[in-house]
Amino acid sequence: MALLEVSDLKVYYGVIQALKGISFKVEKGEIVALIGANGAGKTTTLHTIAGLLKAGSGSIIYKDKDISKIPGHEIVSMGMAQVPEGRRVFADMTVAQNLALGAFTRTDKKEIADTLAQIYDRFPRLSERQNQLAGTLSGGEQQMLAMGRALMSHPDIILMDEPSMGLSPLLVNEIFDIIESVHKDGTTVLLVEQNAKKALSIADRAYVLETGSISMEGKASDLLHNEAVRKAYLGE
Amino acid sequence: MNFLTYLISGISLGSVYAIIALGYTMVYGIAKMLNFAHGDFIMVGCYAIFSIVSATSGSPAGMILGVVAATVICTLVGVTTERVAYRPLREAGSPLAVLITAIGVSYLLENLALLIFGSDPKSFTPVITWSGISIGALRIQGVTIVTIAVSLLVLICLTWFIGNTKSGQAMLAVAQDRGAATLMGINVNKTITMTFAIGSALAAIAGALQCSAYPTLTPYTGAMPGIKAFVAAVLGGIGSIPGAMIGGILLGIIEILGRSYISSQLADAIVFGVLIVVLLVRPTGILGKKIQEKV
Repeated sequence: MALLEVSDLKVYYGVIQALKGISFKVEKGEIVALIGANGAGKTTTLHTIAGLLKAGSGSIIYKDKDISKIPGHEIVSMGMAQVPEGRRVFADMTVAQNLALGAFTRTDKKEIADTLAQIYDRFPRLSERQNQLAGTLSGGEQQMLAMGRALMSHPDIILMDEPSMGLSPLLVNEIFDIIESVHKDGTTVLLVEQNAKKALSIADRAYVLETGSISMEGKASDLLHNEAVRKAYLGE
Repeated sequence: MNFLTYLISGISLGSVYAIIALGYTMVYGIAKMLNFAHGDFIMVGCYAIFSIVSATSGSPAGMILGVVAATVICTLVGVTTERVAYRPLREAGSPLAVLITAIGVSYLLENLALLIFGSDPKSFTPVITWSGISIGALRIQGVTIVTIAVSLLVLICLTWFIGNTKSGQAMLAVAQDRGAATLMGINVNKTITMTFAIGSALAAIAGALQCSAYPTLTPYTGAMPGIKAFVAAVLGGIGSIPGAMIGGILLGIIEILGRSYISSQLADAIVFGVLIVVLLVRPTGILGKKIQEKV
């Protein structure tokens, strides 16, 4: 059984159908990329999995349990964390307070402190800026904070929504290096990206989302060399 | 000396406004709604204290019991109102309907009080009987000192609670971004309920102080202080906790000085004039932040 399996998921915004019955799965230990153009339904997919949006129909099986009817805040304690699109750090709170909120569902103070130390190790810049308000950080630092905050819940799977958005090429490389190292440490990753080339280069498998439906799927390395994908998403 | 006396009684009145404004501003900041029934929660608290103090024929223990009971009753009324009247509409995504419902709840509470206690003003045995202190020619009444002290204590406790507890941090997170707060595992509805509980408990405390300073009680006792506290919250910057405190105290001072030096009949007009000026000159209030529309 896959760690996360989405089947025939349909989502509506009022009368508009944003997802027209998509199915995909993420096995434990994989990096799976979900690529596609603006408005294809990538963020809708992640929001529905996390319980921020209601599924119209279909199922979302996570750890053998259908989570499509479970409230969003309960899903976090099942070991699923999300780095939302646009980072959405709590701008009026400090870096340390943001990270502490990431561990909201955990109770063991010592374990939380251990995780925090690991995160400051991974992101030295966050450690330097512990007492700075999150709103005053640069885009790249905010992205790191959003990632660190998600990791504070010690998730089994992390869902990342456009982590490279609005960052310089140098920072994009840095962020992708971090994603790979998080994955190496044993966290399963579902990565949503417009930067298809970078996403496909680190993913195991990938799905191409096109106006609410999955149009292609396969091994990431195959898709990277696929003629149609190259034309549509890699600008070649 | 007169000016100092006025100033101190302004601070005292302002402290009551500040405590009420705290409830307004917290609910606005976290639930993103104006609870126009908030002033009437004060009245509910006052009647609770009145009933218990009368039943125990004004014994000091009865007064303490009255204040405690008022706090519990107001908290229950606040939480129930949120659960029954506001939450279903909030989840249906209709902010205007929530606002209108709040006005409806306000009328409901006032008329229930009218039904139960009648329209005759009840004269209230003051909760605080201490006569106060004199410094030279300056006399400060006990109720004034207690009011200011209680408000300071409330502000300190609230600031500590928000800055140092998990629930307080959750409230801040929900105020800033409900979606992101949910992604942290925060139960948004529970956090809003807690905000109503705290805001309503503060209304009960404000009620006790208000009734001590102005010991007449009618079903409309809460309405005027409620609206003035709303002005105070806007003046300080709605959504901001220190803003509510500063706005409340400023407004109290403006009201008392206006009443003393300009005209006692115009005092209320001056207070609402302040609202108009604030909305024209600095719509975000003293400590309010500019709200950026997301594209």
